[in-house]
Amino acid sequence: MELTLWTYEGPPHVGAMRIAASMEGVHYVLHAPQGDTYADLLFTMIERRDRRPPVTYTTFQARDLGGDTAELVKRSIADAVERFQPEALLVGESCTAELIQDQPGALAAGMDLGGIPMVNLELPAYSKKENWGAAETFYQLVRNLLKPQLPAPGAPKLDPTRWRAENRRPRVNLLGPSLLGFRCRDDVRELTQLLAGYGIDVAVVAPLGARPADLLRIPMADANLNLYPEVSGTVCSWLERQFGLPAVKTVPIGIGATVDFLRELHGVLGLELPAELQAERQSRLPWYSRSVDSTYLTGKRVFVFADGTHAIAAARIASRELGFEVVGLGTYSREMAREVRALAAELGLEALITDDYLAVEAAMAEAAPELVLGTQMERHSAKRLGIPCAVISSPLHVQDVPARYAPQMGWEGANVIFDSWVHPLMMGLEEHLIGMFRHDFEFVDGHRSHLGDGAPAAPVLEEPAPVAVAVAGGSLSWSADGEAELAKIPFFVRGKVRKNTEAYARDQGLAVIDSEALYEAKAHYSR
Amino acid sequence: MVSSSVAQSSLPPPLKESGQREVFCGLTSIVWLHRRMPDAFFLVVGSRTCAHLIQSAAGVMIFAEPRFGTAILGERDLAGLADANEELDRLVAQLLERRPEIRTLFLVGSCPSEVIKLDLAKASERLNQQHAGRVTVINYTGSGIETTFTQGEDSALQALVPLMPKGDQPQLLIAGTLADAVEDRLVGLFHKLGIERVASLPPRRSTELPAVGPGTQLLLAQPYLSGTARALVDRGAHLIEAPYPFGVEGSRDWMAAAATACGVDPAQIDAVLDPLVERGRRALAPHREVLEGKRLFLLPDSQLEPALARFLAQECGMELVEVGTPYLDRQLMAQELARLPEGTQLSEGQHVDNQLQRVRQERPDLVVCGMGLANPLEAEGMATKWSIELVFSPIHGIDQAGDLAELFARPLRRRGALQFS
Repeated sequence: MELTLWTYEGPPHVGAMRIAASMEGVHYVLHAPQGDTYADLLFTMIERRDRRPPVTYTTFQARDLGGDTAELVKRSIADAVERFQPEALLVGESCTAELIQDQPGALAAGMDLGGIPMVNLELPAYSKKENWGAAETFYQLVRNLLKPQLPAPGAPKLDPTRWRAENRRPRVNLLGPSLLGFRCRDDVRELTQLLAGYGIDVAVVAPLGARPADLLRIPMADANLNLYPEVSGTVCSWLERQFGLPAVKTVPIGIGATVDFLRELHGVLGLELPAELQAERQSRLPWYSRSVDSTYLTGKRVFVFADGTHAIAAARIASRELGFEVVGLGTYSREMAREVRALAAELGLEALITDDYLAVEAAMAEAAPELVLGTQMERHSAKRLGIPCAVISSPLHVQDVPARYAPQMGWEGANVIFDSWVHPLMMGLEEHLIGMFRHDFEFVDGHRSHLGDGAPAAPVLEEPAPVAVAVAGGSLSWSADGEAELAKIPFFVRGKVRKNTEAYARDQGLAVIDSEALYEAKAHYSR
Repeated sequence: MVSSSVAQSSLPPPLKESGQREVFCGLTSIVWLHRRMPDAFFLVVGSRTCAHLIQSAAGVMIFAEPRFGTAILGERDLAGLADANEELDRLVAQLLERRPEIRTLFLVGSCPSEVIKLDLAKASERLNQQHAGRVTVINYTGSGIETTFTQGEDSALQALVPLMPKGDQPQLLIAGTLADAVEDRLVGLFHKLGIERVASLPPRRSTELPAVGPGTQLLLAQPYLSGTARALVDRGAHLIEAPYPFGVEGSRDWMAAAATACGVDPAQIDAVLDPLVERGRRALAPHREVLEGKRLFLLPDSQLEPALARFLAQECGMELVEVGTPYLDRQLMAQELARLPEGTQLSEGQHVDNQLQRVRQERPDLVVCGMGLANPLEAEGMATKWSIELVFSPIHGIDQAGDLAELFARPLRRRGALQFS
């Protein structure tokens, strides 16, 4: 048993819904009690979908439990098939149905469904979560549909360079984009354009927008792009094992990663990579980052917490392409903990692998960053702490599904990232200037903080300090001039300075921190 | 309990449907209950689905560390109930340590906890002993297999009834969560009418439960409190027959019924309420212009539907195509049903696909529905009002009638305002 207040991921059947709702012609019959239909609103409200997710819920109630819930399952399946005439049917159960063990998949297998493919989804609700459910569903669906095409054991694997012999352009599948994923809609468009520029065609995009018949064409491509490993990792390794379809593993978010991605892809396809990729001319990020205006970005303290894919990408962009200092890195995707840990170690950090948002908030407060790159959950925590934040990953809210074209991948994705990360920082800087000029006589009412009344929540950063002092033994105190000097420091680093100074004072055995001690500490930490 | 004397012969029998229900489960009511009682914590004993449901329904309320949470059952808890009980104790201790300000802890049963027969009544008994003097532990179920949406509040309040002290003094007891500002206003008006003792269930502080006894006149502010009403009547309260306080007329009749039951002189009732009614009608008028003659289809959601339909027909001039409700308590709804226009088609329960087919056939001007259906119906060209707003907004009372009408007029007004060619 585990206490949860807010969660990063829903249950695994919501992951299955993401696959079904992303596709066309797929219907999902879900054995679930009344109330589980709440999940529909994730799609109709957050994604503003213009139709209901293709899900039929059996909606059993307590009074059904004494009777025949299996009959209810069969009726729901028959009705759904007749009403929606799907091209493929997913059958599964939510957490409560798992307990009553009606085995809806087995029931469906015993029914005449008019020959449509049926996939029995077994998604353990008490040990797995949403992304795992999405990955498993996508894998099971592809595996089921491709079963007739499986190469005989020992048959030669597909050759990713066969496009040359077949006298055609190379083609790849874009795997992983799904509803409720971060900016998938626009990433698909951006990558399709990017690939076209190198003479590479897109064969199948899935699950987003694909029909079951499209999945049958997956083996006709030369390679798979494993774009969102949380969703497409399982299916990509299966396709590699069974069909010899190689998967390109670099996720092209950021300039460096896009270059690496192109390199890996060209290598896999046996394509000659143009000697000069001219990344600087494709995207504005490199020049914008070099331009003098960006000098003030140098060493900005950034805290990153996201799904595995976006956390890794963000840490790399932040540290290498924007000149930030990454002061915290973590993910809720336990499946990608190893990669995130490795990258954190490279950055001299210990990765935070957790799905407890309070632990993330505590780590955030502790790191005292100037910018938070996170999910909707971190946006709220950052708001409480008065720290600027940009959302870089699911779980998302309606404002993370923008009307405009806003990819994360490829050259344009890098442009979007530059703008959307730097903008909140500028707002933070503005906040500082408002504080600085507050006492000028020209500065009168009407200059309101963009954070609204009540923010910035600088006190949140400061308040814990006296407590910390007390815990340390109560022998440490601030002199009036020490406090006055501290107050001159911009609010967004004040908490960190206070903590550092106190640590320094304790090391030095000081009882009182005056302005001199503060400057001593400043010199000590200025490395 | 009182028997209804109101004839309902003018209504055709309701359509009874069963099938897929597009409604929340009772856990959702935690979203407003926890705000009503800031010294209470709601701990759902359930699954990740339960946690995700409340989070999705609460939406934007993520800004603070919430006073509700989910004890998520894991495989180990399913394997052995003894472990599950120990785990629950550990978790509650951990929670109370983190939130020392909590005075009442609601253990809320869910579908999985019901199915594995985790006995939360016994668990609260045990936890009450462990944390005696610090916190009161109460249990109820909000599971989807037993409750829809607002029934969760009914079962929470019902669990509080046995803890209410016995008191014989005459008083008016308002049952059902109201927004604090609305409650203040209504209580003020009851004082003005000359009713001295007015109490509320749930109270603002979970530890200050009102007394109940033979002197209690029970006035329901929400129509979905069947179980709570029964439990209070069993404790000696007298249930006042009234419509619900939506709209000018409904709210007036609701207050007047309470005042009459408390022995207030009719002249005094008119003196206090008539000016409000006049003002309320003025506030309503501009919205009535938008709503009059428009055809309305209500999908089942909060059980407020018959009362809202009555208001929208009687006071806003809307034409009722179908009035759905997840569950129809004929006794508690008697006064509402009697006020519905002749021939109004009610439906109870839901088969969402069949019902949507009727919506498409009828092409109403406005559909009241849950958030899962609103955008899809808008995309089909129908204006919608999401019903969850109705349980979060201050809509009770004569003074709120204009605001209540505005909630329904806004989607129509907005459609009129948008132009793309």
